[in-house]
Amino acid sequence: MAHHVNIERRRQAIYGWLLLSPAAILLTTFAFYPSLATLWSSLFSRGTRRRPSEFVGTENYTDLFADPTFWKVVTNNLIYAGATIPISIAIALGMALWANSKIPARGFVRTAYFTPTVLPMIAAANLWLFFYTPGLGVLDQIGSLFGLPSVNWLGQPETALWAVIVVTIWKEAGFFMIFYLAALQTIPEDLKEAADIEGASRWTYTRRIVLPLLMPTTLFIMVNALINSVKLIDHLFILTKGGPNDASKLILYYIWEMAFAFFDAPHAAAMTIMVLVVLGIVAGIKFTILDKRTHYQ
Amino acid sequence: MTTPFVHVENVAKRWNGQLGVENVSLSIPRGSFVALLGPSGCGKSTTLRLLSGLELPDEGRISIDGRDVTTAAPSDRNLSMVFQSYALFPHLNVAENVVFGLKVRRVAAAERREKLRRALEITGLLGYENRKPGELSGGQRQRVALARAIVANQPLCLMDEPLSNLDAKLRASVRKDIKKLQVDLGITVVYVTHDQTEAMSMADMVVLMKDGHIQQIGAPEDLYYRPANTFVAEFVGSPPMALIEGAALPGFEGVSLIGLRAENVHVTGPGQGRLRCQVSECEFLGSETFIGLTHPSATGLTVSMPGLKTIPAGQSLDIGFADEHLHFFDASGRRTETRPPRPAE
Repeated sequence: MAHHVNIERRRQAIYGWLLLSPAAILLTTFAFYPSLATLWSSLFSRGTRRRPSEFVGTENYTDLFADPTFWKVVTNNLIYAGATIPISIAIALGMALWANSKIPARGFVRTAYFTPTVLPMIAAANLWLFFYTPGLGVLDQIGSLFGLPSVNWLGQPETALWAVIVVTIWKEAGFFMIFYLAALQTIPEDLKEAADIEGASRWTYTRRIVLPLLMPTTLFIMVNALINSVKLIDHLFILTKGGPNDASKLILYYIWEMAFAFFDAPHAAAMTIMVLVVLGIVAGIKFTILDKRTHYQ
Repeated sequence: MTTPFVHVENVAKRWNGQLGVENVSLSIPRGSFVALLGPSGCGKSTTLRLLSGLELPDEGRISIDGRDVTTAAPSDRNLSMVFQSYALFPHLNVAENVVFGLKVRRVAAAERREKLRRALEITGLLGYENRKPGELSGGQRQRVALARAIVANQPLCLMDEPLSNLDAKLRASVRKDIKKLQVDLGITVVYVTHDQTEAMSMADMVVLMKDGHIQQIGAPEDLYYRPANTFVAEFVGSPPMALIEGAALPGFEGVSLIGLRAENVHVTGPGQGRLRCQVSECEFLGSETFIGLTHPSATGLTVSMPGLKTIPAGQSLDIGFADEHLHFFDASGRRTETRPPRPAE
């Protein structure tokens, strides 16, 4: 009898491992191993034909901390994240609340809001390149109607980063709106009715009922927006290439440059590791602190 | 002269030309318990939502407590509502759910606490203040919804099938609680249900609806003993009233339909009854057995016999009944009091 139970238990264990293995193998091959390999290579010097790479410990990291471009890029990315995350979430929420209410041509409004998400980032960047072009671009055309001078939005250090931020928000907000729309539709209609009977204003209802019930979605979107703020650099290749004078350069773009333009893989690896660590810490904070205050249905 | 507390006058509501309710007129006295009864889709919930202001009528007028509220916002009508799904806010705990409306109305914190305590005491929810709705049983959630309605202290409370999500046993006890609450607080309750037991046992006044029209308004006993038409006759009562074609009964050829309740039917010896029927099924209920009968020109014929009876299906059974227990309906299904003249012999 006991023997039989043992076999059954082992069979269950094997079954469990078989179910786990596809994901485990794929993740190990394409996520865990590359991360560890990156960590490992960030500890070695760049090998040349005359000087083979050797273990240098944290030297790559201290190099970066001494590199003014690195700090410039970090600052840029903080501004980029600090602007794109809250603004795109706020716009997404506003659009979702509006597109969820009983308005005429609701389907059209939703589709229109979602269109930027469907466009590839490169196509979107080309579109905005046309908007931003000095003299010919739509922005300047409109500006000239009001007698405003032509502005080279992408060509001057003061505006380049913000021009890139606008494109990102434009691209992301519609995507996040879809999540908010889906979440809004899970809120039962009678909660609104109950609040109506109690005399709650639209604003009170939104603040006390809708926003708390959307918290799980907001949390999810925040993590996504955070990842995107590091990950989304496609448009930089079209719009500014990080310029002028590194004014719009973001970390991932700098990593790419370091690895594939300057062929300095160890420093790129060191930066990658730092990005991973920071992202991990922030996501950890979000999921531990905010999760406690979030109601999951 | 007393004006009714709630007055509904010729109200109609349609959706894209489709019928919601039509020609609904109602007068509800203060402090009464009114049940809106009917099969699903009959417009009873629509009527309640029109009263609440969650829907606005296309025609007609509604006044509450002498004030015309036909187009007033729900919050301006001085009423509370209990929803079928309870509509509790899932992220707020019991206490926050109950005082939500008080907070909205900016009631002072001390008063809010006192009212909360009382409402929870009445509904037996003391000690559950910090639970979320998801951590409560169906019956407890239902009581939270009741507490939320009580705490508002409004003179009119609307209830939309509040018991339909509870199991049968709980339903019976909550039914008593709600009735007691209504009497103790002296509030007027309008209660939507498709369950005639609820309507008959709780209400002072039953409004029976079908296809958006009111069929009959009256005390439960009126609906039972004096159904206004064949629909009421066949809806109210368990088992419902049987309908026999007048032509099938000697002496009543002039009437279209004759109604007869199961308790007024008795089994007679072979050849001594007024109708010969076939037994179709026996339904044992403990103290009595309902024996379903079929007859070519009657529907819903049932006879109740005491105790357990098993009669094989298909067996013939003669039944008798007294003339004074018969209800008469004309060709359009409406009740007629006039006994048809006997055809000349």
